[in-house]
Amino acid sequence: MKFAVVIFPGSNCDHDAYYALKHNLGFEVTFLWHKDTTIPNDIDCIILPGGFSYGDYLRAGAIARFSPIMREVISFAKRGGLVLGICNGFQILTESQLLPGALLKNYSLKFVCKDVFLKVINNNSPFTSFMKVGDVLRIPIAHFEGNYYADEYIIKQLEDNEQIVFQYCDEFGKVTEDANPNGSLKNIAAIVNKNRNVLGMMPHPERYCDPILGGTDGKLVFMSIVNFLNKI
Amino acid sequence: MKELLFSEIEVDEKIAYKCGLTKEEYQKIIELLGRQPTYTEIGIFGVMWSEHCSYKNSIKMLKTLPRTGPHLLVSAGEENAGAVDIGGGYAICFKIESHNHPSAVEPFQGAATGVGGILRDIFSMGARPIAVLDSLRFGNINFDRTKYLVKGVVSGISHYGNCFGVPTVGGEVYFEDCYNDNPLVNVMAVGIVRTDRLAFAKSKGIGNPVCIVGSSTGRDGIHGASLLASREFTEDSEDMRPTVQVGDPFAEKLLLEVTLELIKSGVVVGVQDMGAAGISCSTSEMSARGNVGMSIDLDCVPLREKNMTPYEIMLSESQERMLFVFEKDRLNEAKEICNKWDVPISQIGEVTEDGVLHIWKDGKKFAELKANFLVLGGMAPQYDRLSLEPKYLETTRNFDFRKLHIEKINVKDAFIKIFSSPNIVSKKWVYEQYDYQVRTNTVRISGDAAVLRLKELPNKGIALTTDCNSRYVYLNPYRGAVIAVAEAVRNVSCVGAKPLAITNCLNFGNPYNPEVYWTFKQAVMGMGDACRFFNTPVTGGNVSFHNESQNFAVYPTPVIGMLGLIDDINRTCSLEFKNEGDLIFLIGESKLEDLGGSEFLKVMYNLIVGDAPLVDLEHELKLSNFLHLAISEGLINSAHDCSEGGLAICLAEKCVYSKNLGAFIDLKLEPKANVLFNESQGRVVVTVSSDKQSKFEEAITQFNLPYQLIGKVQKDIFEIRNGFIFEVSYLQDIYFNQLERYLEQS
Repeated sequence: MKFAVVIFPGSNCDHDAYYALKHNLGFEVTFLWHKDTTIPNDIDCIILPGGFSYGDYLRAGAIARFSPIMREVISFAKRGGLVLGICNGFQILTESQLLPGALLKNYSLKFVCKDVFLKVINNNSPFTSFMKVGDVLRIPIAHFEGNYYADEYIIKQLEDNEQIVFQYCDEFGKVTEDANPNGSLKNIAAIVNKNRNVLGMMPHPERYCDPILGGTDGKLVFMSIVNFLNKI
Repeated sequence: MKELLFSEIEVDEKIAYKCGLTKEEYQKIIELLGRQPTYTEIGIFGVMWSEHCSYKNSIKMLKTLPRTGPHLLVSAGEENAGAVDIGGGYAICFKIESHNHPSAVEPFQGAATGVGGILRDIFSMGARPIAVLDSLRFGNINFDRTKYLVKGVVSGISHYGNCFGVPTVGGEVYFEDCYNDNPLVNVMAVGIVRTDRLAFAKSKGIGNPVCIVGSSTGRDGIHGASLLASREFTEDSEDMRPTVQVGDPFAEKLLLEVTLELIKSGVVVGVQDMGAAGISCSTSEMSARGNVGMSIDLDCVPLREKNMTPYEIMLSESQERMLFVFEKDRLNEAKEICNKWDVPISQIGEVTEDGVLHIWKDGKKFAELKANFLVLGGMAPQYDRLSLEPKYLETTRNFDFRKLHIEKINVKDAFIKIFSSPNIVSKKWVYEQYDYQVRTNTVRISGDAAVLRLKELPNKGIALTTDCNSRYVYLNPYRGAVIAVAEAVRNVSCVGAKPLAITNCLNFGNPYNPEVYWTFKQAVMGMGDACRFFNTPVTGGNVSFHNESQNFAVYPTPVIGMLGLIDDINRTCSLEFKNEGDLIFLIGESKLEDLGGSEFLKVMYNLIVGDAPLVDLEHELKLSNFLHLAISEGLINSAHDCSEGGLAICLAEKCVYSKNLGAFIDLKLEPKANVLFNESQGRVVVTVSSDKQSKFEEAITQFNLPYQLIGKVQKDIFEIRNGFIFEVSYLQDIYFNQLERYLEQS
């Protein structure tokens, strides 16, 4: 079982994800370069890390979708491979249309970095297989464009197909307007595609994998992936 | 045979003045050269002899600072930043720098490029930036212009630092009328480097290629250093906006990666970033350090605008550029690394033997200057300025406090007013716009100093803080500077670190004003004495003069950035209460007369008068050593120093950071305003589990430190006996939301 973290020019959470997977969780992990035109056969899960790929010029993630590695990531996903997009990675996934909707500027029109609480809405995905529905996780966010938006039709589909994975909530698990840090529709913090093998999330699980940093709830996301892969 | 030198126009005194040079300096240049300078040359002299680059009015004083120590790998001023050995084969590079003037005329780009500039200083040493701290000072918070500047500066820092991928973990934000026209934006950057990979800004090896790596050169930032940063603000300063550079953090991020990879590969002879004075500064300083020269062909400099003159190219302050000297036979390797990152590289010349800069364009020679003529430590002027004790000190020192009738103040009202002051309340509105966690090293940002772990050295960590209470410096420049150092020591000690070294950013008014210069000299002496006492050498820093407008000068503001080392990252201390029933001790002595320059006087009487509080360095050192012991042995559960607002504010801050905990305090004397709000130095409030009380008292007695049991941690309520009672949740709302209310209300 092996993870791969993609490095785009401007990625800046690439090494954080690598470090958490390797040193905090003890998993095998390697890097992929944005100019790579193949993905090694032994990769089970690809992580698109946070950062500002290609400076986020035009729109966050808009240029990254055209990079050589993304062609490979898209076909990897189409073959059923697991893809986890964190923050900028989520933005790249919507730009690449591996996930529906878009991430707009935060309602506050400001960058926001803080801890948020996430309610597990469904555990019927490889990325939440180790969690219980209703669990509350504490994981930080750090973004300017995390305000999830989609039209009513898509939102209904997301709901009907149980594609909403995490919602922003308060520490007791209540999904409230006050707990929404960026104006996301339905307090959406993470969604999965219909095939349930591609997940995009704005919060940074790799930041809370080490008790010295103030939290370990992020580990649950990566342990879920491994738990899922071990079962198949 | 000597080539003919080409000058677009004939240079005279007037042109020299337009380049920022005085009549005397112009004469000195003619003497040095033995001829008239060319137009390009006078431009180069203008920037290189500017206050900003030459430190001409400060260097004599700076040389009095303690600049060496067993842990210092480079001495202050010798390189782009200081480097401190932290053991295990690693060093920390750190430096603080101002971007005050650009931020005053264009807050977003001014602050953003301030971050960019200091980051380049760090990674040009081969160090990877791991933290940024911002020490910010603005004017009256009720003014619209202040709000505009705060929002612009904070979003500029956020934009640049977040995209670059360095966590912003600390700093200060103060509001004071003296900064109305001239805000201070000081940025400190910190990086880590393997000691065997430290890079130096020195050129050597005759025939080695000289290259620009990074962005192309445009007309942005011309005269940024020589005019904008080296003169006061006038009504025309708004017109200086085009001299502010424009930053691209994405380009900087790639420049970082390519620079570190180049250094690691061993192809680099020397490297210096191009900030102030661009190509002029980097070529002359690198050459002068290596005792060599350079032949530079400006036709090879990638330009982003057409028809740029040699003068403009030499003075451009376009961002995200580095000057490299590579090993002759390894230029291709260097190019391959740049290509991998898609970062442009262009050879613009080569190293020569003669110590002279030869500047060519279109086959013509536009400048021929000894590098040594241009640089600090060479022939750049060094001045002693006239200094005179300021007259205002007589008034502030002799202020009669009796007429204020402080004993009649209702302490409950006063407490809430002071606690709501923009200088006291949480800067959450600011720091939540910064990514303070990226790179996953940030252990804590809430305490007296930021705490970072070091992945490179398991179990070790560092503590970082910036400090200066400029009111104290205004009232007593020498003592105020001593206090700034002592507070920095106290802050890193409160989190469990050992103070190692400092960097400093000296923000003052016009040095040609003898009263301003007196405050400068006094402050440098105070800082030097305190640093010698604590054995925390000065690793470098920055001087920013001319921080004044037609209205007034800023308070003398010597900002101290301190680095502390943590031996065991699992044994640090935070400020909030931990357990109900823990005992609350005050270490250090409160002096009722220490009200000079206090937040209390400012908030309640709008006065900044009196003298700075007394500071006892022997006591501060004992306190620092005791805290180190108490934290490493687990004797205390929390620690927080008393600073602005005094003991009452310190206790309230401990409450609001705690989860459902407050405090019951009994001071054994009537809690009048001078008891609660005096700003006596050398005080720290700690909490101790009741079962460790005797061990704690035994230890502190051995250190011969004065201490007093003042209360107990209780649930939800903050009470000072015979003073006031508040619910902590009420205080939390004020503390964490008030700044937003100040800034977002129109």
